[in-house]
Amino acid sequence: MNADRRFPIRLDLKHGTVDMSHGAGGRAMAQLIAEVFQVHLDNDLLRQGNDQALFSPPPGRLVISTDGHVVAPLFFPGGDIGCLSVHGTINDVAMAGARPLYLAAGFILEEGYPLKDLVRIVESMAAAANAAGVPVVTGDTKVVERGKGDGVFITTTGIGVVPAGLTISGDQARPGDAILVSGSLGDHGVAILSKRENLGFEVEIRSDTAALHTLVAAMVAAVPDLHCLRDPTRGGLATTLNELAHQSGVGMRIRESAIPIRPEVSAACELLGLDPLYVANEGKLIAICPAERAADLLAVMRAHPLGTAASRIGEVVADPYRFVQMETRFGGSRIVDWLAGEQLPRIC
Amino acid sequence: MKYVDEFRDEHLARGLAEAIDAAAGRGREYRLMEFCGGHTHAIFRYGVQDLMPPNVRFIHGPGCPVCVLPMARIDHAIALAAQHRVTLCTYADLMRVPASERQSLLKAKAAGADIRMVYSTQDALRIARADPARQVVFFAIGFETTTPPTAVAAKTARAEGLANFSIFCNHVLTPPALRTILATAGPDGVQLDGILGPSHVSTVIGSQPYAFVPTEFGKPLVIAGFEPLDVMQSALLLIRQINDGRCAVENQYTRAVTADGNRKAQALMAEVFTTRDTFEWRGLGFLPNSALRLADAYADLDAEQRFAVDVGPVREVKGCECPAILRGVKEPTDCKLFGTVCTPDNPMGSCMVSSEGACAAYWSYGRFRAPRVS
Repeated sequence: MNADRRFPIRLDLKHGTVDMSHGAGGRAMAQLIAEVFQVHLDNDLLRQGNDQALFSPPPGRLVISTDGHVVAPLFFPGGDIGCLSVHGTINDVAMAGARPLYLAAGFILEEGYPLKDLVRIVESMAAAANAAGVPVVTGDTKVVERGKGDGVFITTTGIGVVPAGLTISGDQARPGDAILVSGSLGDHGVAILSKRENLGFEVEIRSDTAALHTLVAAMVAAVPDLHCLRDPTRGGLATTLNELAHQSGVGMRIRESAIPIRPEVSAACELLGLDPLYVANEGKLIAICPAERAADLLAVMRAHPLGTAASRIGEVVADPYRFVQMETRFGGSRIVDWLAGEQLPRIC
Repeated sequence: MKYVDEFRDEHLARGLAEAIDAAAGRGREYRLMEFCGGHTHAIFRYGVQDLMPPNVRFIHGPGCPVCVLPMARIDHAIALAAQHRVTLCTYADLMRVPASERQSLLKAKAAGADIRMVYSTQDALRIARADPARQVVFFAIGFETTTPPTAVAAKTARAEGLANFSIFCNHVLTPPALRTILATAGPDGVQLDGILGPSHVSTVIGSQPYAFVPTEFGKPLVIAGFEPLDVMQSALLLIRQINDGRCAVENQYTRAVTADGNRKAQALMAEVFTTRDTFEWRGLGFLPNSALRLADAYADLDAEQRFAVDVGPVREVKGCECPAILRGVKEPTDCKLFGTVCTPDNPMGSCMVSSEGACAAYWSYGRFRAPRVS
């Protein structure tokens, strides 16, 4: 007998599957929310049980960001769509220098998706949100017919508050500034690819998916005059640097030898004809700061568990064409352009 | 990375650059055509041109399989998928190659055609095995390098009795293309002093098929690996031949290429394929005996025989200079479309699609060197 009188029989979380009634707004949906979502994501604001969460914001400027997650496969080495959807949005909020406060989550479930896998995903989300201290306070569930989705899509929205005195934005890079990255590049994209159809690698490469807000908090506390922060997700380092160069109206020069890339990621990219500079990351950030602050910032980053392999990779330069150029390890130089087309679909 | 980093060592590169600088006499130009897109890619990705003296110039050759595929063949592939509702399996590079009427495989896929990106012929076979009710066509392209795997796929399909698998064959041969380039070289064509010969192709066919290059055309050829040090060392070998007035086929890529090549792969190709009388190459036109089709014994696996398609006339993009660029006569920056309406995001010609294409390499890696358009 179920404790909740509305639902005399519990959901079969071992063998059951999502069906259309779970998105229809009736009792079945209420049961799915109660027994799958609320039980794991539980917190005071979610327990209000309304279609919205009501709270008083702390003083300061608020930021809001939203991110849809459609990764395939849903479970991959080092993570799954659940924790990814928490980390991704926390990071987008944190890249303003903000302290993330709350998340909202929208689920699109495909008819026939196993409930036991859905529970795994929600547990992973809950664990990530708890670890980050950023609760999921409101949500929504929809179900689409079999064949009209791909298991689970999750959209998360986050809000955060920016400490006074910070002006971190993609348009703040200035010639002479230093460019830093927080660690090795390409891990997430290669981890996803390694589990795609038929590409078995002997070495397991794990996604770097992680919430970066505590790293950011340490960085902005030490160097409040930080100019830019951005997480190089889809399109990788190359595309993110081009975005920043374009927004700030500057060029960039980076050194290939200073860019941290794991040997196994580099080898996998070599084999598959990918350029690791274009491969996605989910737990790394790029920071741009005045050159004289770079040593302090690097020290703070390296002292944080998510920045131990941080590296200063180059400088911002004046360039009306806004090119990102790289001194190759080989001694030549080349443009590092925006990603064209799509290197790998459905990675986050 | 073992066996890779050694061939990208900057100290060795500096040593080679000094040797090239010393060897390349200032009185003349050295115009070296790198045949393969793999060479072009390495030159741009590692900035090899930066390490060359100004009188040593690389001219980009036609050895990019995606670039030389004529539009008519993409039109044909789209028709296979659209008119016969087959599952078309293709390498990712082909997805964005422009077809007639602003079409491409990517757009055909978006419009509902079942087109899948695969990494190898084995993936295509797997798709065919999984769904016996569906006709699965493998879009085979490439030079001699990728031909043996297609031959293996044909033999596998035959052995397993995979009745729903067939091959749309577009494999082409390197020596006829090289011959055409050399036959049209000179004041009206491309001017070149030596050739960096194919590397991976030569692992299959060996170095012997290039003997005609020095004997008939009086040009030196050095079979060159795809790593940047390979390219530099091969350039040095060519410069030395040119300086000495010698003219021979030399093999820089000895770690993989022999005179006779891979006999087993050659036997496979000979069993499964036969030479077409003629085949169209983008940029080079119709070349006799320059491409392969499935041999009569494997005709039942030939998608061109299995499915009749109705294809309209080919509509090339006006102003696209891919043909001249593929012959080495023009540089990407000579094309009016380059960087204006033709970019990797919106390619008008095949050279802007593949990472081995000269236009894509110029755009992605070398734009800052090109004259800037205001």
